[in-house]
Amino acid sequence: MATEIETTGYDAWREAFNQSRERDTSFTTASGRAIEPLYLPSDPSPEYERSLGYPGQHPFTRGPYANMYRGRLWTMRQFAGYGLPEETNRRFKFLLAKGQTGLSTALDLPTLMGLDSDDARAVGEVGRLGTAVDVVDDFERIFAGINLGEVSVSMTVNAPAAIILAYYLVAAERQDVPWDRLRGTLQNDILKEYHAQNEYVYPPAPSVRLVIDTIEFCTRHVPRFHAVSISGYHIREAGSTAAEELGFALADGFHYVEETLARGLSVDEFAPRLSFFFNAHNDFFEEIAKYRAARRIWARHMRDRYGAKDARSCTMRFHAQTSGVSLQAQQPQINVVRVAYQALAAVLGGCQSLHTNSRDETLSLPTEEAVTIALRTQQVLAFETGVVNSSDPLGGSYQLEALTDQLEEEAEEILGEVERQGGMIRAIENGYFRRRIAESAFQYQREVDARRKIIVGVNDFVDDQPLAIPTLEFDSAMEQAQKDNLARVKASRDGDAVQRTLAEVRRVAAGRENLMPALLEAARHHASVGETVDALADVFGRYHPASQRR
Amino acid sequence: MSKSSPSRPIRVVLAKIGLDGHDRGIQVVARALRDAGMEVIYTGLWQTPEEVVRAVEDEDADVLGISLLSGAHMTLVPVLVEQLRQRSLGHVKLVLGGIIPEGDIAAIEVMGVAKVFTPGASLREIAAYVTQAVAR
Repeated sequence: MATEIETTGYDAWREAFNQSRERDTSFTTASGRAIEPLYLPSDPSPEYERSLGYPGQHPFTRGPYANMYRGRLWTMRQFAGYGLPEETNRRFKFLLAKGQTGLSTALDLPTLMGLDSDDARAVGEVGRLGTAVDVVDDFERIFAGINLGEVSVSMTVNAPAAIILAYYLVAAERQDVPWDRLRGTLQNDILKEYHAQNEYVYPPAPSVRLVIDTIEFCTRHVPRFHAVSISGYHIREAGSTAAEELGFALADGFHYVEETLARGLSVDEFAPRLSFFFNAHNDFFEEIAKYRAARRIWARHMRDRYGAKDARSCTMRFHAQTSGVSLQAQQPQINVVRVAYQALAAVLGGCQSLHTNSRDETLSLPTEEAVTIALRTQQVLAFETGVVNSSDPLGGSYQLEALTDQLEEEAEEILGEVERQGGMIRAIENGYFRRRIAESAFQYQREVDARRKIIVGVNDFVDDQPLAIPTLEFDSAMEQAQKDNLARVKASRDGDAVQRTLAEVRRVAAGRENLMPALLEAARHHASVGETVDALADVFGRYHPASQRR
Repeated sequence: MSKSSPSRPIRVVLAKIGLDGHDRGIQVVARALRDAGMEVIYTGLWQTPEEVVRAVEDEDADVLGISLLSGAHMTLVPVLVEQLRQRSLGHVKLVLGGIIPEGDIAAIEVMGVAKVFTPGASLREIAAYVTQAVAR
């Protein structure tokens, strides 16, 4: 139900709060003191009302919901997946049993790059950094015994995201779960691949078309599902500053908004299901300021520039992941501490979903012990620290408000620069994002090398004896097992039907219809990821970055 | 056999082999080596061993640097070393960076890798190593 944006002020917040449902727990400190749901000036100034306001109210600086974590904790959602689909199924069940509240699926590099497990370029990479998915049956195996209608599922995939979405929807069909019950997120943010993560296949324009197809399709048919998770995380990991992470991610988000509007949808139809994904990096106050600035900028642009009338179109919700690149191989035990501080920043910044990294991720994928510690980090945060008892508890801090304003200003400058360059696609072609990221990455490394930035255990407080921790062992037989599975599926499926559905994919790709129905048909007939990506590439072409010589 | 001299800058080919697209490290190294006066050719992502070795040959490189985060070093290194040898490029210094377990380093050095830089290595260290390794 749409909520009018006009309702603002303390009384409106109080009313919304009183009507909201609270978790069945006490919101008192360890010594029994009651904590207010919100702390604010006794006589809020007009500036306070304009820039901070109230949680659940424009501009949402203080949070997307009136009652924040008193109503619902963030989803504890550890990114997981490796090896065969059965292995990932086991790890999913393990994590759910340990108290995780949402699933997040990691796919292997061949799958992410649109290659099947039997592709020559996939040798040695199958199931190593995530789970191998070749055909829809693999998706069913990942979620065997897990009711897709009851658990929220996030899928981290970009270039072949629409195909993986099709597999997910078909897996739901086979579980007799109607699509309107599905909750979850598809990362599906192809723009940041061109800026940072490099997991693209086709050129930008057709890749964006695919993203808009999924947004349009989910708006109509999978209404509780987030078709995109607009990401700053990877941009930051590639070396950008906090302001660049924020500005670039927002620029990407607004580009998807504009493209979807151009498709003919009205903003309030689709915007409520756009979501974001930010990094939770080392600098405690800068990160919290970044999240607050993010919400404020999104709210202002969505209402004032894109004409959103529904408050939910203006309410930015985000998943956060603690920074992988900030973890160190030296003294890996210390990574547990880094992750705890970063998670605290994400929660004080009001995230809706959180992945905490495991201590051993600089060495390998996480062991059960390491990922349990990472999950328990979130649980201690949620149940023992008391920081969840009020919304935006650091709001009003002189430092935090100054940083929030600065980050907003710097991000707005970036948004303006992208426009000056002629928009997103032109800015990508100009190398604007990549150049800035590379410069920031280099400057940071210089600071570390010069010991102006200290990394404990690396350029100071170095231990002579490296502490060994157990790491995950890979079963190298899984690659052959997955290839055997794929061969079996290819042998038993109706080859003519596959070709027919892929021909339809090509036909639709060459036109302007939404690709999802054709991708769903291909999925149902066991067309593989590689075959489907190839069919799309036949029409869209492939994108090759230029090599650099200097 | 090529040697670097005061008038000829050290020539380095940098590459990423396999599907992994994480290039922050290699880009920062490329920049540092350029700042140190070397000529750096970064052939980019998704290279095969054949493509990389061909680039080394075409560019008359002194050093080949590979960034590997996918754990494929044990299978990849012998392939690279053999291909370099086959093209009479055995003099080219093969340097690795990325995620390479401490326990594997001795083994791949025996296979023919001149130096492995693990996380935490400084840009100064890397540039200094390349400079003295080629001068020898």
